[in-house]
Amino acid sequence: MRLATHFLAAFLAACSGGLAACGGGGADEPKEIVVGEYGSLTGTAATFGISTDNGIKMATEEQNAKGGIAGVPIRVVVEDDQSKAEEAATAVNKLLSRDRPVAILGEVSSSRTLAAAPLAQAAGVPMISPSSTSPKVTQVGDYIFRTCFIDPFQGTAIAKFAYTSKGVRKVAILKDVKNDYSVGLAQFFSETFTQMGGTVIGEEAYSEADVDFKAQLTSMIALQPEALFVPGYYTEVGLIARQARELGFTGLLLGGDGWDSSKLVEIGGEAIIGNYFTNHYSVDDPNPEVQAFIAKYQAKYGEKPDGLAALGYDSARILYQSMEAVAADPAMLAGLADRSSVPATKGARDAARKALRDQIAKTSGFKGVTGTITMDADRNPTKPAVVVEVTADGTRFVEAIAP
Amino acid sequence: MTLLLQQLLNGFSLGAIYALIALGYTMVYGTLQLINFAHGEVYMMGAFAALYLAKVSGVADNPTIPGAIVVMLGAMAFCAVLGMTIERVAYRPLRNSSRLNMLITAIGVSLLLQNLGLLMFGALQDFPSLLPEARWTVSGVMVRSNDLVIFGVTATLMVVLTWIVERTQLGRAMRAVSHSRDAAALMGIPADRIVVATFAIGSVLAGAAAVLVAMDKHTIRPDMGMTFGLKAFVAAVLGGIGSVPGAVAGGLLLGLAETLVSGYVSSTFRDAIAFLLLILILLYKPSGLFGKHVPEKV
Repeated sequence: MRLATHFLAAFLAACSGGLAACGGGGADEPKEIVVGEYGSLTGTAATFGISTDNGIKMATEEQNAKGGIAGVPIRVVVEDDQSKAEEAATAVNKLLSRDRPVAILGEVSSSRTLAAAPLAQAAGVPMISPSSTSPKVTQVGDYIFRTCFIDPFQGTAIAKFAYTSKGVRKVAILKDVKNDYSVGLAQFFSETFTQMGGTVIGEEAYSEADVDFKAQLTSMIALQPEALFVPGYYTEVGLIARQARELGFTGLLLGGDGWDSSKLVEIGGEAIIGNYFTNHYSVDDPNPEVQAFIAKYQAKYGEKPDGLAALGYDSARILYQSMEAVAADPAMLAGLADRSSVPATKGARDAARKALRDQIAKTSGFKGVTGTITMDADRNPTKPAVVVEVTADGTRFVEAIAP
Repeated sequence: MTLLLQQLLNGFSLGAIYALIALGYTMVYGTLQLINFAHGEVYMMGAFAALYLAKVSGVADNPTIPGAIVVMLGAMAFCAVLGMTIERVAYRPLRNSSRLNMLITAIGVSLLLQNLGLLMFGALQDFPSLLPEARWTVSGVMVRSNDLVIFGVTATLMVVLTWIVERTQLGRAMRAVSHSRDAAALMGIPADRIVVATFAIGSVLAGAAAVLVAMDKHTIRPDMGMTFGLKAFVAAVLGGIGSVPGAVAGGLLLGLAETLVSGYVSSTFRDAIAFLLLILILLYKPSGLFGKHVPEKV
């Protein structure tokens, strides 16, 4: 059903896009500002895309309730990439050529953002990834931003937690060898952990969509690690936890923000409960703004927002705040809303996108649900990470680790 | 030593599943010379059928042995019907066209079912335990009740299949059709019906494999047929496509190769090294371990 709605939305978008193009654009009053979004609404990492989409939708509704951008409503066009990198590139291509959005939001997975980001960079359309943590993402170019911390920091945070708070000295790593995020996070963790004096006694690999990890786990458990670091996504992590426990492993399991999904406990069951991962925010955060967000989200979607929903919400709000600043100039507002295919107005549109890019880059001290966001020179925010424990009904805050 | 035994157990339990699925490929190939790429999707559909059956029948909330048997038989029956339907709708109209056309149709059916699964079931669903689960440590080796169930069910189905192929009228007819469909038809064997029966039996085995994997791994997803289907196909080729004992040997060998490479050599290059071994075997025995060399008529 969800898919059908998206198809319908995409279809309607295509129709109205065509009509606007026929109208010729130009001097007309701007009717709407179109923002593109791509994400994994179906496929292996579906909860990532759905949560992010929920967060973005909420931010968009709030912004439109306030009168949109200088009186012009925002419309978000969503494309599903089925959790596949090649589909992510296709989705962004489609958005760029059909909808001509002023900016693009997405993706969660670093591999998929990396597949699509060069297209946005080449087209001069600002892209904000809510939660791709691989450092490579924003290195694509100056139009690519993110609102989450990056993996060198995340790896350090979880290594510190393991070594200092949990007293772990011997760790084995099981990483997804086909995933940029997983490979990077494994490396950053391992560097910090060894520097601190710990030992990585074994490192094994799996590939996304594997269901049997017993061979790797058997050889790792034989080395008797105190903890297993699994920087993967929730689908495989849940299975790995189950099989590790079945093979008699009693130590800790540690991971990163790829664990963050309500599905994690469903898949991992008892085996995953009581283990720890780093995340972008915690639902236990007493900050009234965070609690207000959680209450609103819960009222709307009937579940607690995970970190990806919070990051989706923050990314959209940063984008809208920047758009408001740019739209203070009426000529720029017309440029933001301009989606015509007539080349004559392309200059104004590109100028508006450039101004928007500069404005996003200037983001400073933005009070988000996931912390205070200030873009650094490399378009990465500096933010604290939280360590949470997996519980039967979600997660529990354990400690915050400052950058 | 304990480690090796544990890895062998892991390998056999994975290989047994490959073998069950490989049998479906090999049997259809034997009668139609068709690589039924939709077989992996029959396996996937079987897992989802089992999930709904387990929920509706209440076995999901109250796992018992008779309950698990009912769910498994239900999923097997569903797969049989699905396999026969695919044969009737997609392959029979093309029976006399070129083999390439049928192959492309098979790929089409596979993609159709996979996307249908994505549309109907969404991304991923967790699968309940159908049986009470237990674990024992036997001289350092962790033996799981699920492993024993996998071995037991696989062995039983192999015995039944061998009995059908070797000892029954249907099996005799299947072997005849496999030898030459036209000649078999001339001898009064209803070739079409035998082909349908072959699809049904292959699909039943896929259904059983699906339930075994689902209850062991506890998650099922619409693309689960891709990886297992591909590996099982390779197992069938390795054993000698068209040969029933070959599929079993191929499946076990592939499962063992993957596990041992992963455990002792490198998990990063697991598939690459496991498949390299297979290529070497095929270089040495081009028709597979149990395959007969059939000269091509020009």
